[in-house]
Amino acid sequence: MAEPSLSFVSRLALAFAAFFRILADGVFAARVASARDGAPALPHAEPELRLSAPAIPKAAPPPRLREAPTDAALQLLALLQREGRFVDFVKEDVSAFSDAEIGAAARVVHDGCARALEEHMHLRAVRSEPEDSRVTLEANFATEGVRVTGNVRGEPPFTGTLRHRGWRASDVHLPQLTEGHDVTVIAPAEVEL
Amino acid sequence: MSEPADASSSHVVGIDLGTTHCAISWVDADLSEGDAIAGRDLAIPQLVAPGQIDARPLLPSFLYLPHPSELTPADRALPWAAPASEGAATESPFIVGELARALGGKTPSRLVASSKSWLCHGGIDRRGAVLPADAPPEEPRISPLDAAVALLAHVRDAWDRAHPETPLAAQDVTLTVPASFDPAARELTAEAAARAGLARVRLLEEPQAALYAWIARSDGAWRREVNVGDVILVIDVGGGTSDFSLIAVRESEGALTLERVAVGEHILLGGDNMDLALAHGVRQKLEADGRTLDTWQLVALAHGCRAAKEQLLTEGGPASVPVVVPSRGSRLVASSLRTELTRDEVDALVLEGFFPAVPASARPAQRARVGLRQLGLPYAQDAAVTRHLAAFLAKQAEATGAAGGLARPTAVLFNGGVFKSARLRARVLAVLGDWLTALGAPAPRELPGADLDLAVARGAAYHAYTRRGAGVRIRGGTARAYYVGVESAMPAVPGMAPPISALCVAPFGMEEGASAALLDEELGLVVGEPVRFRFFGSSTRRDDVVGTVLERWREGELDELAELEAELPTAGRTAGEIVAVRLQATVTEVGVLELDAVPREGTERWKLSLDVRHDAG
Repeated sequence: MAEPSLSFVSRLALAFAAFFRILADGVFAARVASARDGAPALPHAEPELRLSAPAIPKAAPPPRLREAPTDAALQLLALLQREGRFVDFVKEDVSAFSDAEIGAAARVVHDGCARALEEHMHLRAVRSEPEDSRVTLEANFATEGVRVTGNVRGEPPFTGTLRHRGWRASDVHLPQLTEGHDVTVIAPAEVEL
Repeated sequence: MSEPADASSSHVVGIDLGTTHCAISWVDADLSEGDAIAGRDLAIPQLVAPGQIDARPLLPSFLYLPHPSELTPADRALPWAAPASEGAATESPFIVGELARALGGKTPSRLVASSKSWLCHGGIDRRGAVLPADAPPEEPRISPLDAAVALLAHVRDAWDRAHPETPLAAQDVTLTVPASFDPAARELTAEAAARAGLARVRLLEEPQAALYAWIARSDGAWRREVNVGDVILVIDVGGGTSDFSLIAVRESEGALTLERVAVGEHILLGGDNMDLALAHGVRQKLEADGRTLDTWQLVALAHGCRAAKEQLLTEGGPASVPVVVPSRGSRLVASSLRTELTRDEVDALVLEGFFPAVPASARPAQRARVGLRQLGLPYAQDAAVTRHLAAFLAKQAEATGAAGGLARPTAVLFNGGVFKSARLRARVLAVLGDWLTALGAPAPRELPGADLDLAVARGAAYHAYTRRGAGVRIRGGTARAYYVGVESAMPAVPGMAPPISALCVAPFGMEEGASAALLDEELGLVVGEPVRFRFFGSSTRRDDVVGTVLERWREGELDELAELEAELPTAGRTAGEIVAVRLQATVTEVGVLELDAVPREGTERWKLSLDVRHDAG
């Protein structure tokens, strides 16, 4: 394969960044969806997203996409670590601990991460109905916010059971970064003198 | 009355320079009319982590003086570049705000906290580099005044970045101070504002600001919520201080007017004390199990206790809330300490410890200071807010003409984050109700509160708006009468200091811009030598006029303030010459008391210093 391949770390970072941007940015999500399906970019997509050689239908996403979002992903990770000890928690080997011990630590993670998310984005359910209730999707329902599963056939309107309410993020804002700040330090080592 | 409004100043701004947090709000005067106030809060950009800047509604009033090897320049850069004037955060050695607080949790000896309480501490040199109080001797320190300048400069830079066309220096700004601040602390606050480049500042008492916020928020409905004859008690329990004021609702030419009739004493007692009390309680439980906490963990525990307290003090809240002290190291699951805080514990420590149901005759306990005391803040010795409240209402009873030995508020306005808890508000109202119904007076009602964290800044902005002649103004003037101490003329008695009598130089209730009458008595000042006078204030003597002489006074009637100092320049005179002067008090437009020495002949005036440098020991 002629296209450059990314390292695992870069892919993880990209996946993180893309995840949040997909949640926050409907146009971007649509672009990713079409990239995934191998379709050409949407006609009104920004020029840099347009495939450079229309003859090749499958092109890698342009490298420019990697820059800022990586910073944002690392920044979010640092934020979750700072407020909720997220990295400490998932990197610790918890196999030897009881559920009660893990539960106690999970409170730190839950409280802190919830606070961090609360402060930096507005998360709300895509569908407001209670889960497991019957819902009807109108003919022009927004495909990007709702996934139909199971017996998918025919034409909308569809009626089915709401299995998951979904989440949608809005008003996402992360702290601004100063020039020269090293975002790869998720948490500094601490030496007490 | 109203000042000329120039085109550059369509915004009027309020700044809450709080003990634990600062906030800034503003009113667009062009878009406001009558009771419809176009008020906004400004989020203040600040370092929230090394190299990360976020705009938050509150700026924690903390300064941190980092060691050169602690942070890189990139880690501490701020979004405003060139230092605009003195005290600009970019040229200053400190970190301000959220990051300062976070760093200080782990390195307390470099943290300047509660600098405002130090600014009101007459026992120290407030212009001297004394903070952080427990910094190692070779490390830099700053003065309480410098700290206020740094906080205001940060707020100014935040404003100027958001409003480059209308810099803060050109706006009408109202800056809040505790009602209990003494004249020297007010003067220092005004000086800090001037050094931060805020040229058009007025000072406002915080409890008044809270009431202004309530008025501004009501869109005019406040006129239906209070009636002529109401006395509003403002109870402001902030992070570090408690402040009480009484504001009377009166009628003048058919319209409701508000007059601040009494303010309380400076009480260093607030929400942080409550969180710390809980944290110490929980620590004892953990230590009983053989587990120990370091300072950082205690800070983290106090944080956890604050959140748990708010849950447990909700009506119908849970019986207990788990509190987890996170491990210092990366092994979170292995080393975190889990415990819980119960409703009973919070009730015992906070409700009964800080807001006990006491009779109206209760008074705060005063322990004698024992032996050598470290030079520290004069924290309240009695933690019970209700006892301080009882003392305040009793002290102001006579002055406000209330029978039964207790001032009789008819309505209560709460302010400060502590009162987010409905149970605490209910407890205070119940205690007040008991006191008043015992006297045959009705129990006071609660005025539905404004935002407890931002009310002071919003009210200050509204006050700045009323300076344009719009809206409702609370009248009041100075909250104390002021006296200088003069030695009584009597034969010397060996071993006894000559008794002092107090000579009134400024009556109660002087409005901004007013001058008191010239004192008839002449004082002899020695040219070229500083002369000191004892200085007193009284929040209860309403009827003394300039020249009133008090030979004796009751316990608590006069409070001694920091000494006054007069030094006449030698220019044009002989050193050692004695010049007869008379004193005159003025309250400046800013709201600062000034005392001038005026010689019998000539047109000279010399300002007396209210903030005398304190001698060692």
